[in-house]
Amino acid sequence: MLNGTEDEEKWLAEGIAGIQHNAFYMHRALDSNNLREALKYSAQMLSELRTSKLSPHKYYELYMRAFDELKRLELFFKDDSKHGVSVVDLYELVQHAGNILPRLYLLCTVGSIYIKSKEAPAKEVLKDLVEMCRGVQHPIRGLFLRSYLAQISRDKLPDIGSEYEGDADTVMDAVDFVLQNFTEMNKLWVRMQHQGPGGVREKREKERSELQDLVGKNLHVLSQIEGVDLEMYKETVLPRVLEQVVNCKDDLAQYYLMDCIIQVFPDEYHLQTLETLLGACPQLQPTVDVKTVLSRLMDRLSNYAASSADVLPEFLQVEAFSKLSNAIGKVIEAQLDMPAVGAITLYVSLLTFTLRVHPDRLDHVDQVLGACVKKLSNIPKLEDSRAMKQVVALLSAPLEKYNDIVTALTLSNYPRVMDHLDIGTNKLMAMVIIQSIMKNNSCISTADKVEVLFELIKGLIKDIDGADVDELDEEDFKEEQNSVARLIHMLYNDEPEEMLKIICIVRKHTMVGGPKRLPFTVSSLVFSALRLLRQLQGQEGDIVGEEASMTPNKNFQLLTQIIESLSAVPSPELALRLYLQCAEAANGCDIEHVAYEFFTQAFVLYEEEIADSKAQVTAIHLIIGTLQRMNVFGVENRDTLTHKATGYSARLLKKADQCRAVYACSHLFWVDDQDGIKDGERVLLCLKRALRIANAAQQMANVARGSGGPVSLFVEILNKYIYFFEKGNKQITSSAIQGLIELINTEMQSDSTNPDSVADAFLASTLRYIQFQKQKGGVMGEKFESIKL
Amino acid sequence: MNYLVGAFKPPCNIFISFTDGRSRKQVPLKKENGKTVMVALFQSQENIVGEVVVIEPIHGKKVEHNGVKIELLGQIELYFDRGNFYDFTSLVRELDVPGELYERKTYPFEFSTVEMPYESYNGVNVRLRYILKVTISRNYVSNIVEYQDFVVRNYTPPPSINNSIKMEVGIEDCLHIEFEYSKSKYHLKDVIIGKIYFLLVRIKLKNMELEIRRRESTGSGPNTYVETETLAKFELMDGAPVRGESIPIRLFLSPYELTPTYRNINNKFSVKYYLNLVLVDEEDRRYFKQQEITMYRNLEAS
Repeated sequence: MLNGTEDEEKWLAEGIAGIQHNAFYMHRALDSNNLREALKYSAQMLSELRTSKLSPHKYYELYMRAFDELKRLELFFKDDSKHGVSVVDLYELVQHAGNILPRLYLLCTVGSIYIKSKEAPAKEVLKDLVEMCRGVQHPIRGLFLRSYLAQISRDKLPDIGSEYEGDADTVMDAVDFVLQNFTEMNKLWVRMQHQGPGGVREKREKERSELQDLVGKNLHVLSQIEGVDLEMYKETVLPRVLEQVVNCKDDLAQYYLMDCIIQVFPDEYHLQTLETLLGACPQLQPTVDVKTVLSRLMDRLSNYAASSADVLPEFLQVEAFSKLSNAIGKVIEAQLDMPAVGAITLYVSLLTFTLRVHPDRLDHVDQVLGACVKKLSNIPKLEDSRAMKQVVALLSAPLEKYNDIVTALTLSNYPRVMDHLDIGTNKLMAMVIIQSIMKNNSCISTADKVEVLFELIKGLIKDIDGADVDELDEEDFKEEQNSVARLIHMLYNDEPEEMLKIICIVRKHTMVGGPKRLPFTVSSLVFSALRLLRQLQGQEGDIVGEEASMTPNKNFQLLTQIIESLSAVPSPELALRLYLQCAEAANGCDIEHVAYEFFTQAFVLYEEEIADSKAQVTAIHLIIGTLQRMNVFGVENRDTLTHKATGYSARLLKKADQCRAVYACSHLFWVDDQDGIKDGERVLLCLKRALRIANAAQQMANVARGSGGPVSLFVEILNKYIYFFEKGNKQITSSAIQGLIELINTEMQSDSTNPDSVADAFLASTLRYIQFQKQKGGVMGEKFESIKL
Repeated sequence: MNYLVGAFKPPCNIFISFTDGRSRKQVPLKKENGKTVMVALFQSQENIVGEVVVIEPIHGKKVEHNGVKIELLGQIELYFDRGNFYDFTSLVRELDVPGELYERKTYPFEFSTVEMPYESYNGVNVRLRYILKVTISRNYVSNIVEYQDFVVRNYTPPPSINNSIKMEVGIEDCLHIEFEYSKSKYHLKDVIIGKIYFLLVRIKLKNMELEIRRRESTGSGPNTYVETETLAKFELMDGAPVRGESIPIRLFLSPYELTPTYRNINNKFSVKYYLNLVLVDEEDRRYFKQQEITMYRNLEAS
């Protein structure tokens, strides 16, 4: 290979030397106005271009050298005072050269002067030149020769307004000329693939791509011809260019030229000739990257549409969308081997196009998605990660455009596309959807949309068959489920009826989520339902009886069912909390039996499911706290419940916990409300019981460690005493408090071995408080007066 | 001494000139010694009028003679038979009766409407020439002879029938081409227009050229000599075409030294022209097809 390049350098150097040598003699001949010699040496110089040894790149260097020299020669030819031969004769004279390549270069050079002299119509000369150039069939040499022809004729085309414009149909001549040169050049270019030295395919393709601009320049020239108006472009230029493109059956050329057409001609031409242009696409070779071509076209058209609102009617008029859509369909149909990623990329482009051009036409979007579904359903399993990315792009595009998932939800094909994603991607997409909702704070307000939405994100909602559960990243999973939980809160409708439906749907979907998901979703759902409940309460007055289905009762049934579903999941604490929440809500609605029922459930859970002692402590406190606030219960129910609560409290594992729970129970009998229950006796009972337990704890501690137990328990109970004392519980007397203080003091002194600074400080503050109350005077001061410190 | 000098030089000089020599067209003619001289051009049926000037003998010597005559000769010379001229035309005019030459003398001569059916031709193996030969015949000593060449060219009107040459040729399953030359008869400054159409190409062609070949045959029977020259090699195509390509031909004949086609000139020789289409493949194998064309001399074009 190294040798190859070295050789090539050598040959190039030889060629350049040859050109310089002959150019030297040519210059001498030019200086002495010797036409004969000038022709002789210029032909010899041009003979250097007959080499077959150079790659296109190197050949180009050689060509440029010769090109510069030909410019000098042209100046000489132009001045007939120097050589005394008319341009017509000169035109014949150069054709005497025996070798074709020098002959044709000279002919082109003289031809350009011939046109300038206007002694013959430009079209005749051009036609002759382009015909004669057929003699060079060698691809590289032919391409360069014809590119020389294109170069020198560029400013001499009989275009409208050009000085070479003839009488009639003159633009047509210019167009014909360029088209013919283009066709021939393309043929040569394509032929390179099959001819030439048997090299490696890649090398040959690389060489060819170095030459592509020579061919493409013709199209550029065409686009520059003033006289090529839409009509002519439509009737002549495009059909003929496309004919050549299609017929050449070469993938490299087809791809490049299609792209070239799209880039060089104006947007409005494309718009008006869409059908023709697109019609060519399915006829291209299967290996042509049609999708990129079409994507570029659509990009251009989208930009055009975006450039000015005035052009939009044109798009509608020519039905750009349906044409593009059809074309894509045909291309995909025609190119069976096209990988899925290709097809989907096409759809993405089309979607982008329609989103930009017809943002109001959701049906178009849906149609694109539908087509994509159809394509995807023919593919057994989408495994290509790039294809997957494209599908995500496809699905994300409408979200980004409309910033509103609600719009996307009306697209019936949207979920069907999602079905074709693999599990990971599906989840990813679902997350994208949820994030979009969050970002835009969109509220999904109808049951139908909710149904669709959940269909979309079902990847997050439930396990999909075949998913590898082990691979799930715990953190990701949590984030996903938290998102779903957040999403549930975004579903809202002011209409209770509809809202109920929404909840039902969400329930239906989330219930299948399995044990791992339920803890995340159920609480959202429960609170959503509770919100509905409050809403109902707010409206109660107005619509009572109107909607029988919408009674709070029903709602609570639903809630029960929802929470029950948690039973399948080992998360009783959560269920307990939710029951308590519901009980409170029931309380708010004044439905005693429901509230009772919820409490019962809570207790059942407590009894059967909550085994951990710490969890029990927390749970019992929650129960007590909730129960305390309940005002719906009749005496009997309340008694049952408080009894149970107290009972459970006393049965906690640790004495300290028992003690605290029991004194907390005291509040159940003393609700500091206007019409709250105020059973001082039972309060005292509780407190005494707490004291007993504290004592027991103390003794147990003494036995166990030989030192005092937690004095703080006593201090805490003291605080309760003081609270109820203040609240006016007759059963709590100052003497009792007095006694308790003394007890504490004794205890403090006795267990000096184990000083408890926290308990000390707590006691000190408590005593200070009593002192403070005493000094405050008034009713309260009097009350406290009897306590001696 | 003077006598000696006189013995090796001809006793007197003879100049032959044409009356319309100044206005008559002169054309180059290659002589035997390789030199090219310009000589007068005539065509058949023309009057050849001029005068012969005999410069007086040196030192006033008298030259006795048996008469002075001028001959117009049309000769064919075959090189394998060198030295033997075959005169197909011979006209004689007596210029002077026997007598003595002692002073400069001018003899006008005229050959009227001379039949000169053949053109002057200078080929490989044959030459056809026209000369004026002045002879001063003498007794006992060699005659004094002077020659003057002139060239005859005859013009023919454009042929009334001039069909194109069209032909399909090929090697089975390898190469099929169809070529067309617009005419079969060309004048000397004509242009050959045509095209080659490739019907099938399975050979890696390198280039294609059109040759103009001249075939000169002399003698007859077993003594026929044929000499073929390639007068022009004109590259028509560079590189390998594919099926369906058509390659244009445009060959200007003016740069080449051609003559009209001569058929069986006086049973001595023929000159024919052929177009030879040659295709060369990458291994330098040559495939060719030869077609005869008729050349003629056209008055307007020359």
